[in-house]
Amino acid sequence: MKKRPTVGEVLQAKGVSRRGFLKYCATTASILALPPSMIPRIAAAIESARRPSVIWLSFQECTGCTESLTRSASPTVEGLIFDAISLDYHHTLQAASGDQAEAARHAAMEENHGSYLVLVDGSIPLGNPGYSTIAGISNLDMLKETVEGAAAVVAIGSCAAFGGIPGADPNPTGAVAVDELVTDKPVINVPGCPPIPMVMTAVLTQFLTFGQLPELDKHGRPLAFYGQTIHDRCYRRPFYEQGKFAETFDDEGAKAGWCLYKLGCKGPITYNACATAKWNSGTSFPIEGGHPCLGCSEPAFWDKGGFYNPLSTGKFDSGTKLAGAAAAGVAMGVVAAAAGRRRQDKFTREG
Amino acid sequence: MTGPEEVRNTPFYGNVGPLLNEVLHAVDRLLETDEPTTIDLAGLPFGPGELEHLEATLGTGELSCKLDALGTSRIRETAYPGVWWLEHRNPHDEVVGRYIEITRTPEILSSQEADITAGRARLEDQLTT
Repeated sequence: MKKRPTVGEVLQAKGVSRRGFLKYCATTASILALPPSMIPRIAAAIESARRPSVIWLSFQECTGCTESLTRSASPTVEGLIFDAISLDYHHTLQAASGDQAEAARHAAMEENHGSYLVLVDGSIPLGNPGYSTIAGISNLDMLKETVEGAAAVVAIGSCAAFGGIPGADPNPTGAVAVDELVTDKPVINVPGCPPIPMVMTAVLTQFLTFGQLPELDKHGRPLAFYGQTIHDRCYRRPFYEQGKFAETFDDEGAKAGWCLYKLGCKGPITYNACATAKWNSGTSFPIEGGHPCLGCSEPAFWDKGGFYNPLSTGKFDSGTKLAGAAAAGVAMGVVAAAAGRRRQDKFTREG
Repeated sequence: MTGPEEVRNTPFYGNVGPLLNEVLHAVDRLLETDEPTTIDLAGLPFGPGELEHLEATLGTGELSCKLDALGTSRIRETAYPGVWWLEHRNPHDEVVGRYIEITRTPEILSSQEADITAGRARLEDQLTT
């Protein structure tokens, strides 16, 4: 295997001072949601970490996840690509195309067999291989071939993590999530429509820094970012406690910034970091813009009733709308995914 | 600077007051045991205007520094000695981290061993060429 430079060597070659490096480590601790007391440990780990090879596969998706990633400010996507990882294949961002692009993917797989990361955005259609192909290869075949030598797989966005919008009722392409197909490798789900850029880069940074994958919740999501609900960290929470709610989008309560629970906010049951990480370099997030949370980082969010129905109507938790899609194949996939998660737990524990 | 009465009667969402209490407790710790504290503002909820309100409430003290390393950082002591406001920006001038440090001197202001060693080598080169 080709010996890749360490991140410390890359930064040193670029003339970054130790002070600059400490700043880099401080922001890394912040994005990993680690206490500042961890900065010395992060500094030691990053200095010796070798840049991992990353292969990004895009299947049934809208490119929104890549759009989101390119808006990452900490680290910037170019900083991540040039300093921290070696992004060896990505349809949208790479200069190569056609045979050259596929050759780059194969070269990265061979050179880094057993140690590279595969990032997937988009769901995989099982209904007909022709629904979505790249270079004449079906999404399913490309996924199977590419993950064979991977250390781990990261499912980016709700489509890759849970089937997402392509998988919404009536699921015309037979779309499934990555962890329904990849059962012999650790799979980390980073859902969201799209995911917060910082969360995507943080998962990569965690792998780079500590050589291990983050601790995950029951849906395979990193607990550092999906450990609390939007509601837990919402700045409007004090209004919820006081019983002050907006009843319509243009009433006095809405203008005063009161809680959006009665307008259908799914914040209380949605696990994500939007309320603190925010969007557009920390500018705001949907609730700050006056719109209820849609719950986009939860499984099957698209099929769980109206976005503007309050949680108290019970529709969000109803499973009846999903019943039509619950074919035997899907059920088997769930079992397989559960088995995969047990392996992930083991991987995480052993570090 | 915002006065105590205004802090108590904040027109915002109630997220600033608890944080200022945390700062107060951290100052006590610094005085009693010399233990520094860093508060990462990225993980805390702030409504529109609250972060600016917090910054204005802490105010500006005697010392203010600018660091040019992987983008600009501004480090300044607030109106409360021992309470520092740090803001890190990336090379695109986007904020990548905001912290309140309760300490005598933020570590990032100290000259670092590796930089001193590299600087010494450069100086020696200059003298011998």
